Amino acid sequence: MRALIVDDARTIRMILGKMLRELGFECEEAGDGQEAWETLQKGSEFDIALVDWNMPVMDGFALVQTVRADASYNDMKIMMVTTESEMANVVKAIEAGANEYVMKPFTKDVILEKLKILGID
Amino acid sequence: MTPADFEFLQGLIRDRSAIVLETGKEYLLEARLEPLCRQKEIEDIPTLVRQLKTQARSPLEEAVVEAMTTNETSFFRDQHPFRVLKDNVLPEMMKRRDSLKSIRIWCAAASSGQESYSIGMTVKKDLPALEGWNVKILGTDISKNILERAQSGIYSQLEVNRGLPIPYLMKFFKQDGKTWVINDEVRRLTEFKFMNLIGTWPPLMKQDIIFIRNVLIYFDMETKKKIFERIREVLAPDGYLFLGGSESTFGIDDNFQRVEFDAGACYQLKEDS
Repeated sequence: MRALIVDDARTIRMILGKMLRELGFECEEAGDGQEAWETLQKGSEFDIALVDWNMPVMDGFALVQTVRADASYNDMKIMMVTTESEMANVVKAIEAGANEYVMKPFTKDVILEKLKILGID
Repeated sequence: MTPADFEFLQGLIRDRSAIVLETGKEYLLEARLEPLCRQKEIEDIPTLVRQLKTQARSPLEEAVVEAMTTNETSFFRDQHPFRVLKDNVLPEMMKRRDSLKSIRIWCAAASSGQESYSIGMTVKKDLPALEGWNVKILGTDISKNILERAQSGIYSQLEVNRGLPIPYLMKFFKQDGKTWVINDEVRRLTEFKFMNLIGTWPPLMKQDIIFIRNVLIYFDMETKKKIFERIREVLAPDGYLFLGGSESTFGIDDNFQRVEFDAGACYQLKEDS
């Protein structure tokens, strides 16, 4: 399994990376939406992208819209992992094509159970 | 904590809840009782033990039992039992109860309500053909405090993060600041009541589906046998029993048989039992 972790906070990338590697994932990291999109366009394939909302250059919501506009990434699941917790934003992200949503703070169990929901475990 | 204090608490918890705390579980007692001491402004566990010895059957004793019996729970815990419920058990029950249009479900260790509400959400979202049926989900627990929480249907952000697929959050919860409240459509299906599994059981209607997950692991063999015996009286002859992932009727009660489905297993009464 391969995961792309997209967050401008290095600490969050480290925490998520450690959790996912312990679960047997290979991980790549990107510091914003633009960097993530470039990684995807280089042809790297991922089973899941874990995406923060508020990031410089290209935010997570714009990344979801960009990825979902390109059918070649239809198989990749997207899980928002963000401090944005307003119901309106949750709905917005899911309507844009995110498959799951985690509100920070989170624990390892939260991530693990969300992966189970998505059938990636 | 001295060995004598541990032994006293071990005995008290065993008598009131049948939970067996083996030697070596001192850390568990400390983890659960130290917060209680702080809350009750009791200096430490030895002081708590001294107070308990002079106050048999007191609210303090009840609080100790509650602190030890409040178990971890989450929405759609382990996921697979709810897939079995949605894909196999409820569709089968709908065929069998078609003339009655009634299904009774009992969560025997309801804790803060996530299991009952997960079942309720499954009924409402995934089985629209049950619209108009009389579906009742009874949740019982030994802890009155936790039942109050269950009844309130109010959950923290961390709790709704755990195990709850986002479409269910969007459909069945209303946000209230940093908390999330289950809606009336699901709440109407549920009812919560106090019940001690090792005490006297209140009169219960026959139940079509029983969830008693991750609670029997705390009991000794004799207690497990007694509980399965009582479950046999309450479970409808064609009903289904769901146990926790590490629990089984095997070697405890031969009157049940394991039924395997794609996503997981549950139990039914043998025909001749």
